[in-house]
Amino acid sequence: MRMDGAAPAVTVKDLAKRYGTVVALDGVSFSVREGEVLALLGPNGAGKTTAVEILEGYRRADRGEIEVLGYDPANGGREFRDRIGIVLQETGIETVLTVRETIDLYGAAYTRRRPRDELVSLVGLEEKADARIKTLSGGQRRRLDLALGLVGDPDLIFLDEPTTGFDPAARRQSWKLVEGLTDLGKTILLTTHYLDEAQHLADRIVVLNRGKIVAEGTPETLGGARPVTTVRFSVPEPGDLPSLAETPEVAGPGVTYRTVDPTALLYRLTGWATGRGVELGGLEVSRPSLEDVYLEIVGEAGRQEEPV
Amino acid sequence: MSGGSSPLALVWLQTRNTNRLFWRTPVAAFFTLALPVIFLVLFSVIFGSEEVGGGYSFSQFFAPAMAVFAAVSSTFSNLVIKTAYARELGILKRVQGTPLPPWIYMAGTILSGVWIAVLSVLLMFVIGWAAFGFRMIWDDIGPAVLVFVIGIATFSALGLAVCALIRNADAAPAVANGVFLPMTFISGIFIPLDDAPRWLVILGDIFPLKHFAAPFGAAFDPRHTGRVLGWEDLLIMGAWLVLAVVIVTRFFSWDQRGSK
Repeated sequence: MRMDGAAPAVTVKDLAKRYGTVVALDGVSFSVREGEVLALLGPNGAGKTTAVEILEGYRRADRGEIEVLGYDPANGGREFRDRIGIVLQETGIETVLTVRETIDLYGAAYTRRRPRDELVSLVGLEEKADARIKTLSGGQRRRLDLALGLVGDPDLIFLDEPTTGFDPAARRQSWKLVEGLTDLGKTILLTTHYLDEAQHLADRIVVLNRGKIVAEGTPETLGGARPVTTVRFSVPEPGDLPSLAETPEVAGPGVTYRTVDPTALLYRLTGWATGRGVELGGLEVSRPSLEDVYLEIVGEAGRQEEPV
Repeated sequence: MSGGSSPLALVWLQTRNTNRLFWRTPVAAFFTLALPVIFLVLFSVIFGSEEVGGGYSFSQFFAPAMAVFAAVSSTFSNLVIKTAYARELGILKRVQGTPLPPWIYMAGTILSGVWIAVLSVLLMFVIGWAAFGFRMIWDDIGPAVLVFVIGIATFSALGLAVCALIRNADAAPAVANGVFLPMTFISGIFIPLDDAPRWLVILGDIFPLKHFAAPFGAAFDPRHTGRVLGWEDLLIMGAWLVLAVVIVTRFFSWDQRGSK
């Protein structure tokens, strides 16, 4: 059964998978629209790779409805794999073949083959085209992996941690490549444990932790509609502060409030301060960075499930 | 470009690339081709090229034996080692993620081994002929070709079967050689089993190598009379072939972690 263009490229409902007693995925649901870049973000062991490998057809889910480009990946067979491109994390390759030979070898079975030389220049390996793979640097190997993922001109590309272990320059270069793909209108499902990578590349981010989705949104809205705002200042006698709905963290003269309702909090605090003639020293109101949000989400979810 | 290549073209491409891997991996080429050549040369020099009776020399018997040795090495040992590493390195997983049908990948791997096996037989015969007095005998070439075809099919399947049963690629060379080398001795490849104890002869009869080597050797043995290939040879090799295919279809995993 195939679906029409308007439908999502990937639909996942209530996906679950366990390995023995270890729960890898526990009721995960999300979708990826056509042409969208979705990042599955999470720490190591969050279930990202398991989720992606199920969508790629490598593993079978224990439970859940999965549809990728209109196929059930586990039974999609050749026709399904003809339309996806997979860039796995650290996959082996025959290092005694040359770049050109490898692209020809892996590209041969696709019905929509991209011309080899075009692909080589797309990933910037022209000067290494006839070199054996063992002479390539780590970054060049990864770019070859990307070329092999694109050789069949796929509609959907899976990128599993595309820049893990890269130096900053190589990461920037890879990001540019991925951005180039989105310009071509490709749908991309990306996994990463780098927040900045998700922020930079993705239209939408799904945060996984311990097999569950703990947050979801665009890079701008991640963390919910009412994000926690931090209010910091110092007063000579923190003990005199009025009692409010929020309890502050006090360290010496330093006071930190976390609130989802900063307007009301500031109204009361400034009212109290002006009434007493006290200065709120170094008053600072900050919306959390995405990094803070991420660490908070992952940290909290992690703490909750820590065995007692 | 559009349109997938035909299955035949894909098999050809896989075979050609597996051959490239073989020639570009010196250790594989050494153990498969150079080692039997060295054995052939050394043993022939030690035992001399004089006639051993009926106008024939030692290499008349030893060249076909080394041809079988090289053929089994290029199918069985090569497949065990190469496929175990391809699985451990994730190459099989990468292949599995493409639309290439798995049987085409396997066909390419097997046919490459077959090609090397054919080359190695020619190599042994040419060296035996050029340097040590080997003479080609054409009378039983039909049975010789038949037993060769069944033999390399059996040992190709057994290679994949052993690979299906081992988990660790580091164990592959040890397991491949640990199975193959002792088998050459109980199968009479290096030393005839005429004076061997009965239990050893029976042990050799159980395994398939003797049923490959003995008829193949007999086909080039001028003193041999009667049929060279017996039904028991075909039956025993056939039984191992079937067993190997069952093991491969049941237990072979494309992923190191053993999941499907």
